Amino acid sequence: MNKKFKKETFRDDYTFSNSAEAVKRFPFPFPEDEYMYSVNIEPHVKSAVGSVTEFVIDVDEHYVAECEDKRITLAKDPERYLSLPHMMDAQWDILELIMDSMSNDYADMFSLTKEGNNWTWTNKPLDISDQFVFGDATTLPMEPLEYIGRQVQGDWVVLDQRDNNLFADAAIVTSQADWSLAIDLGMSYEEWHGPVPIANQLGVFDRALKYLLNLQLGSPVRRLNWTMTINPRLDTSPETYPLWGPDRLNVTPENVGGKVHLRVELQTLFRLPRSNGIVFGIRGYLISMDELVTNPFWAKRFHRVLKGLHPELAEYKGLSFKDVLVDWLSKYDDGTPSE
Amino acid sequence: MSHLNVKVSDIEQITEYVKHFTFVSEDGENLPSFSGGSHIVLALNINGRIHRNPYSLMSSPLHTESYGVSVRKEEMSRGGSVFMHEKIEVGSRLQITYPVNLFSLSKLGHKSILIAGGIGITPFLSQIVDLNRTQSDYELHYAYRSPEHAAFREKIQDMSGDRSHFYVASDGQIMDFHTLLSEQPLGTHVYACGPEPMVNAMIAAARELGWPEKHIHNEQFTAPQIGDSFKVKLAISNIEIKVPSEMSMLEAIEEAGIDAPYLCRGGACGRCELEVVSCDGSIIHHDNYLTDAEKTGGKKIMPCVSRAKCQNILVNL
Repeated sequence: MNKKFKKETFRDDYTFSNSAEAVKRFPFPFPEDEYMYSVNIEPHVKSAVGSVTEFVIDVDEHYVAECEDKRITLAKDPERYLSLPHMMDAQWDILELIMDSMSNDYADMFSLTKEGNNWTWTNKPLDISDQFVFGDATTLPMEPLEYIGRQVQGDWVVLDQRDNNLFADAAIVTSQADWSLAIDLGMSYEEWHGPVPIANQLGVFDRALKYLLNLQLGSPVRRLNWTMTINPRLDTSPETYPLWGPDRLNVTPENVGGKVHLRVELQTLFRLPRSNGIVFGIRGYLISMDELVTNPFWAKRFHRVLKGLHPELAEYKGLSFKDVLVDWLSKYDDGTPSE
Repeated sequence: MSHLNVKVSDIEQITEYVKHFTFVSEDGENLPSFSGGSHIVLALNINGRIHRNPYSLMSSPLHTESYGVSVRKEEMSRGGSVFMHEKIEVGSRLQITYPVNLFSLSKLGHKSILIAGGIGITPFLSQIVDLNRTQSDYELHYAYRSPEHAAFREKIQDMSGDRSHFYVASDGQIMDFHTLLSEQPLGTHVYACGPEPMVNAMIAAARELGWPEKHIHNEQFTAPQIGDSFKVKLAISNIEIKVPSEMSMLEAIEEAGIDAPYLCRGGACGRCELEVVSCDGSIIHHDNYLTDAEKTGGKKIMPCVSRAKCQNILVNL
């Protein structure tokens, strides 16, 4: 294995940080000085070497630490993994998608051998090796989605397609930006997106739903979304709000650089073959403000994006500390055009 | 749109009019897994022009070493099925799309009633595999014209046993939708594929019996029709294209090198919908996607199957 995994935490002492290389490949999500919702969907094709979209699924220096944080969250709250009974075909589809991708793209770390339905999966970084019968859930230590979901970074929501709509009927979520799986399980697409301001009025979701209902096998798509998190915390769920919510009130000009993190979600959508469902991968990338401003262009642009951000969006994203942050970022913006 | 390269490994004459084709991947790998009810779109090079026809996958979703489709020869059509019957041989190479499912079984259904007429039996063959695998409750009702048109009857009997029921029109056996759909348990879904009058009769009966709309499913692929030629102007690409009488508007647009979106090519999915800016005649809608109000409104067209009777039509593409 040529990849070095960092020893770090996403809770308590928060020792997470990015290497210079990880900062360089951070998926900075702002193509313009202004931010507004759009249907910013593009084909999920393999991109530049070293980028977060070089492969179907990105395994980076935080892999082992994130999987450990996921294990802790699931141990404290097993309901972060839920699945309705009709989702078993989709669960196997996802297991295959993730195992195929990771073993193809990171052959030095993961391997998968298939002899008919007798499969062997080896995950060297997490020291896992299992033999099982594809399609027979009794041969795995837990249900397929939970099993593979614990071995991949990010959250995975599985959508069943029926009645011209999509229903979130299974998921493993341990790093969600303040939404609850226990509450949202089984919801339709419209119910799921109900709380989002402005985008609904723009018709963004209607268009995106129509697009997703026709999402094609073999042609996955992706988009970037973003929010902000205080401290490099993955588990910002409503269930644990008392553990992280109050941190937002403690942002000062002195601690902004280290405490405040931009959190970018690389969202991917794949049509699943046997179940005709869709899997929605939400992979979060965190970067502290101190790390972000090492790139002068990002610092300048992010200052402008935040300064001009629609108040309703700022509130929805929970940016109560926005003024302190904009003030702090202003010293990196000389007012010249950003392009 | 992602494509797969396949070659024909086997051809079987099933009835006088139906041939079954088996495709394998050119690279020898398994083809993608799929769900029961899926179809693929075949690209056929007919005299230098690319025709794209959708066919249901009728092979087992559990065995994707090959795909199987059945094609009924339609003499009075634009030539796609005739080409398949007369020109495609074992060893022929073809390009197909990844499977698309616009006729999937509802995973929440407690029981499924499958109703097939003629060649409309094809999507049910892959669905039966899924239903058997998940040990679901279902009934299959298959109507055809006469004993010599009984495509796949033996295969179906092997797969479905007592769950399969056959109706031979020449013997006076008629499906009675009222009887069939009455007294089904709550949570039953009905699926129909076949000639339009049959599908419509099923839908009417289900509605009359008070079935919830969400439990009534059908797949009606329309083939593009021969019609008068006309000119289409593309507002965004800023070019003018002639649509010959034997080509669909979508095919003509593609031949001009424009990358237009599509999925089913049978007027069912809505993916290729185009906005009509102006039309100096009338639009002949052949699709099952637009609502009646949208069709009379004249602001939308599904170029995979629909045409215009006009000199010029301007669309936003």
